[in-house]
Amino acid sequence: MDKKYGAYICTGCGIGDALNIDGLAGVVTGEMKMDCKTHEALCSVAGREMIQIDINAGVNTIVVGACSPRVMQDEFDFGEDKITIRANLREQVVWCRGENPDDEYVQELASDYLRMGCTQAKKTELATPYQLETISKKILVMGGGIAGMTAAIEAANAGYEVTLVEKTDKLGGKALGWRKQFPSKAPWADLESPVVGDMVKAVTGNAKVTVKTETEVARVAGAPGDYLVTFKAAGAKSEWDAPAKVAVDEQDKIDKGQLPDPNDGLQGYMKENPDGEKFGSVVLATGWVPADVSEYEHLNVAHDKVVTNAQFEKLAKEGKVPARVAFIQSPGGDEHDKDFPYCNSVTSMVALKQAKYVREDNSDGKAYILYQHMRTPGNMELFYKATQNDEGIFMTKASVTGVAEQGGALVVSAKDTLLNEDITIEVDMVVLAAGMVPTTKSAPSVNLAYRQGPGFLDLDLFDGYADSHFICFPYETRRTGVYTCGGVRKAMPMDEVLDDATGAALKAIQCIESADRGVAVHPRSGDTTYPEFFFQRCTQCKRCTEECPFGALDDDEKGTPKPNPTRCRRCGTCMGACPERIIGFKNYNVDMIGSMIKAIEVPDDDEDKLRFLVLVCENDAYPAIDMTGIRRKGINNLVRFIPVRCLGSVNMVWIKDALSSGMDGVLLLGCKYGDDYQCHFVKGSEIADKRMANIGETLGSLGLEPERCAMQQVAITDYDKVPDIIQEFVDQIVEMGPNPFKGF
Amino acid sequence: MTDERSASGAGGVLVVGGGISGLTTALEAAEVGKDVFLIEKNPYMGGRVAQLNQYFPKLCPPSCGLEINFKRVKNNRKIRMYTMTEVQSVSGSAGMYQVTLETRPRGVNNNCTGCNACVEVCPQERDNDFNFGMDKSKAIYKAHEMAFPMKYVIDAQACDKCGKCVEACRYNAIELDMAAKTMTVDVSSIVWATGWNPYDPTKMENLKYGSSQAIITNMMMERLAAPGGPTDGRILRPGDNKEPESFAFVQCAGSRDENHLEYCSYICCMATLKQITYIRERYPEARVTVFYIDLRSPGKYEKFREKLMADDKVTFIKGKVADIIAEDDGGVTVVAENAVTGEKVHAKVDLAVLATGMEPAGQAAAAKVGVDMDSNGFIISDAGKGMFAAGCAKKAADVVTSTQNSTAAALKAIQASR
Repeated sequence: MDKKYGAYICTGCGIGDALNIDGLAGVVTGEMKMDCKTHEALCSVAGREMIQIDINAGVNTIVVGACSPRVMQDEFDFGEDKITIRANLREQVVWCRGENPDDEYVQELASDYLRMGCTQAKKTELATPYQLETISKKILVMGGGIAGMTAAIEAANAGYEVTLVEKTDKLGGKALGWRKQFPSKAPWADLESPVVGDMVKAVTGNAKVTVKTETEVARVAGAPGDYLVTFKAAGAKSEWDAPAKVAVDEQDKIDKGQLPDPNDGLQGYMKENPDGEKFGSVVLATGWVPADVSEYEHLNVAHDKVVTNAQFEKLAKEGKVPARVAFIQSPGGDEHDKDFPYCNSVTSMVALKQAKYVREDNSDGKAYILYQHMRTPGNMELFYKATQNDEGIFMTKASVTGVAEQGGALVVSAKDTLLNEDITIEVDMVVLAAGMVPTTKSAPSVNLAYRQGPGFLDLDLFDGYADSHFICFPYETRRTGVYTCGGVRKAMPMDEVLDDATGAALKAIQCIESADRGVAVHPRSGDTTYPEFFFQRCTQCKRCTEECPFGALDDDEKGTPKPNPTRCRRCGTCMGACPERIIGFKNYNVDMIGSMIKAIEVPDDDEDKLRFLVLVCENDAYPAIDMTGIRRKGINNLVRFIPVRCLGSVNMVWIKDALSSGMDGVLLLGCKYGDDYQCHFVKGSEIADKRMANIGETLGSLGLEPERCAMQQVAITDYDKVPDIIQEFVDQIVEMGPNPFKGF
Repeated sequence: MTDERSASGAGGVLVVGGGISGLTTALEAAEVGKDVFLIEKNPYMGGRVAQLNQYFPKLCPPSCGLEINFKRVKNNRKIRMYTMTEVQSVSGSAGMYQVTLETRPRGVNNNCTGCNACVEVCPQERDNDFNFGMDKSKAIYKAHEMAFPMKYVIDAQACDKCGKCVEACRYNAIELDMAAKTMTVDVSSIVWATGWNPYDPTKMENLKYGSSQAIITNMMMERLAAPGGPTDGRILRPGDNKEPESFAFVQCAGSRDENHLEYCSYICCMATLKQITYIRERYPEARVTVFYIDLRSPGKYEKFREKLMADDKVTFIKGKVADIIAEDDGGVTVVAENAVTGEKVHAKVDLAVLATGMEPAGQAAAAKVGVDMDSNGFIISDAGKGMFAAGCAKKAADVVTSTQNSTAAALKAIQASR
């Protein structure tokens, strides 16, 4: 597009009172060579009309020097075919200038933001959405239990073709073995007949759902909208099984014959199976297996009358259960009051249900539920209460210390009960509340043919469940286009599975439709830009493929990256990783930010006017800085902020750019990382921290103090702390003295 | 996003409630390509979670996720958002509902730039309901610091129409005589994401809420701990601003009780455990006693509980609180029986926190238009009617479960509009 620029400065909201507007306009027209107009309220109808008149006369690239880009988006939206750049003169200059500021410093700060804004406008291009050549809108659902069947039917009911794969010979999963299911409606007191049979009928009768039983997915290759899936007979080995991940150094050893190739006999992960079937997205609902309880020897687990809840359900389904049964919810004895591992609240409800079986099958039946904490959230409390009213069901908090055989019966000993005394109970059978271990605990399950390996990553954070770490965004994982639901991501009761699977179906549909429109999914949903590579200069260093938090990049045998834009979440971590700087977005790239940094005016002969660059995460740190301004708290005005998509996108050359242009220090403000990470791109801030450690060493070798570069973790609510964090950084460097390379 | 556009044709979805659940349903549906009307009765979006300091178990600020969701709303032309707006009536049937919406007057129009000049000159004050009355705001106010949309609002009850704000506003943004507006939208399905209210603590007579400022609710605790709250995040006792040295948490304050809420409110155990971390961060030496029936921190929350159980200044007592007695020094004595030992416990503390449960907030709105509810006021989804419940309008739930079922509600609403 032939750009015609127009820059506009608002003088409202205190901007005109604090700044010399003629001076600012002079910077824009003089240095930046753009026409510049001012208005007392640019966001007002009159202000926008002023801009619109220029647009009608051909202006298509607009620089607005006014409030934060976080506000007034509608007002300054001049259409998708225009480029609009916002320079934040209000929140981050005028409102955070503090008490008794030096006007000259504030003026210089504002001037730099306009220089950066104009430079950004010059370097920004309109994006054209990435389009797949062909798109498949079919959804693959793996696992034919309640979760998988729900996802399949819900997606089909929204108009999508679904293939449902189940490895056994029939649909239904674990629910086929249930005698009864939990209450699903008021008064929440009575067990219900299982609905799994009706669900199987509904699925098999739905013309949009193709069911493949006794089938497994060997591998899922490709990307959202264009997955290529290979099926195989359940239990069989296939040359198309998903290859294990081989790290770069491992591959060297394999090539030298020092290590066996784990993927011997398998097709390469980039190889396309001509017999594969195309899909648009994947729902993983491969469920769970009952947990092994053999370690709890004090509970006499080897005894044939000591069974798990799963085994007891089978007995109950097949016939009559014994008359006297103890249900043990917590294995800790004196040691702790936790439930069995992998339980969630499901096992409390299962015990209530199974206690009812004891009463149904035996006129004199007696069930004893020994718990540390009964966990019946929400309306399940009413089921609990109804069960309490059954005189044959006895429940108490108890620390179960042992299970022993005595005269043909089992004797359960317990302490710390609600009877205020230690008890022993004689029963015919003991049921242990074993948990639900996700299939992803022991196998990749989703079998992706990806450079970063076949499974989900970091599952140890969730005890092996393929869960999300995001509270607000529970479907977000590190594998775009694959959505998990049901027991594979959490031990959950059926009502929650129904919702979860329906939600996963929605996300699977949404991912396909987003791929079709060429836009990103969460968290940059709707973004039409995507990373573009200048391959002629690629050195096959593999950093982008290794570091992408979402495994978006594959590579060919030479190591040249293959971008899969529909897997990409647009964080720019690849761009930050690339030492050759060949990766960039139309409106966000190494050259653009580098040029903005170089546009900052750095006085080379004034020891009071040091300059600091602070690169900030646009989702959390940037709003926090805005908030500091909104609260009218002062921030050191030697500092220049540039928002970045994620700290992961920060290319270390920007730090070099800043220091070589004479700036005195560079600070990165990003999200918390580690086990409780808050980074919306999962790994971005952590990767940035590692890169910063390395650049510290490089600076040292150049004779610069490594402390000139630092990174701090801040949350969006740290707005009262941000000024101090920045001041501390500035003070430290002021003490060090100016950048010795200043002026060179 | 825009909040001043008229109705489109049929096929869209109406989402009632702009908290985390309503936002989720609206966004998930709109990002598939559906037209969505999103209405919120408060002057700001974000609902209950906007009042929370942190989420359990990650201890991350809710405003972080809200920031992303607000950005998604701003960038999505499929969503039309209206604050201070409620459903007045619904006619028609599934697939072709006509819904009349009423928008209360904000008193401030879209010219507002958020500059704060009006607040500086306003002479009138009001109890700040966002902070549960623990501080005051001016009669013209921004609901909270990160309020979206970032626009002021006038409390008509508190405003005496002196006109000082009108004079101070340089953008003609204030209309003291702004009238309520109604509009009718055509939609094919309606999602009720009307959320929850904290159970009214005055209803539990034995807990003596109101008899002492040392008795607060868990939601008040969230505001006391929040950086933008009435004490800037310091946890001080209301009234005398004492830094408490001892705390008691009263679990199941209203929940699991057939005289109050017969169900379990799901979140209060974890909320208490989380709030103990707030206390520990500010007062490393403070003593904490928790009175509980069961500690419901199942699944992945168990790790979080384990950390707090290891804190030797925190005592967990299984036993329901019978009485709370106000003391002369400003503190209270919490009386309970230890269910395991049978001993009577008298815990004298500086601050008692009632872990009040959640009561569905949409009962009146739903009753007005004949939506099905269970006996506790939770809304029952009905695909045949194109009416769905999301989040805590459906059941007592934590944020993860709410956003999960809100995503599900988006798909159900889309199916109903096919």
